[in-house]
Amino acid sequence: MDKSFLGAMEAITGTIHENKEFLTDLDRAIGDADHGHNMARGFHAVMEKLRASPPADLSTGLKTTAMTLISTVGGASGPLYGTAFLRCAKVMQGKDSIDKTDAVQLLGESLDGIESRGKAQPGDKTMIDALKPAYDTFAAASEQNRTFLECLEEACKAAEEGVNYTKTIAARKGRASYLGERSIGHQDPGATSVMLILKALTEYYKSL
Amino acid sequence: MVGLVIVSHSAKLAEGVAEIAAQMAGRELKLVAAGGLQNGGVGTDAVRISNAIAQADSGDGVVILADLGSAILSAQTALEFLEEPARERVRIADAPIVEGAVSAAIQATIGSPLGEVADAAEQARTLRKL
Repeated sequence: MDKSFLGAMEAITGTIHENKEFLTDLDRAIGDADHGHNMARGFHAVMEKLRASPPADLSTGLKTTAMTLISTVGGASGPLYGTAFLRCAKVMQGKDSIDKTDAVQLLGESLDGIESRGKAQPGDKTMIDALKPAYDTFAAASEQNRTFLECLEEACKAAEEGVNYTKTIAARKGRASYLGERSIGHQDPGATSVMLILKALTEYYKSL
Repeated sequence: MVGLVIVSHSAKLAEGVAEIAAQMAGRELKLVAAGGLQNGGVGTDAVRISNAIAQADSGDGVVILADLGSAILSAQTALEFLEEPARERVRIADAPIVEGAVSAAIQATIGSPLGEVADAAEQARTLRKL
């Protein structure tokens, strides 16, 4: 098993841990004040499992991540991120490293999985509003033969713009939709965690 | 007989709803509560729900009553962990959890098929209290 998978998961867990209160505060404003704590509980459980029994390959590691998130996060982000990681596990079957083309597929499948699980559309003020621009931008940059790092950095920028866009719109999905227009002005916690994860992966890639 | 699974963010709420529904049901009815997280916290766990469905299914199918938000997402995710014939025998009712569970328990107890039990749960949406 490639150590870099564990390293990448550690990077994600680290950023979620550091931003636990920030994400929960964002969720307190427009939701049920649990996103940061739920995500931190989930990713710490993932790391415990991965460290206790290191997975045989990338696909198995991603599947363990998915199943652990699904059963420990507790909120909507559990099945949503879980579904994304399950799709990633499928993409990585039989592969032991991720190239640019794989990354396009990973982002695309994650997006598709989250869209079909949550039935959210762009503009609903959800994770999709960060993930879709990140995927579109990564795929376009990859088409233009940019380096892996450039693709990642542009995807992060697009995700950040997506997060900022969520401040301007009313929620149409999840608990925040009960607030309707009153959710305008607040950035979406789910979109924010998507951006944080992408940034952590990019920083990790730079450190390799 | 169709079985019932009660999904809630709270283990206590799921058990409480099952307790009320069981009062109206026959002894043979399989009524399984799947609430909260393994560590006792508030939330929903698709793996736990999937196990509850397997436990409630005696071959005639299962109707799921859920509270709100991620309870539905987790129930839908739980279906993916089931094998094909068992998965087709599960219906997630678009119904209020308490009234839906009671209506479904009665309908299941009289031996109605899956579709009728799910419909009974969903009709509880229009039940007036006053």
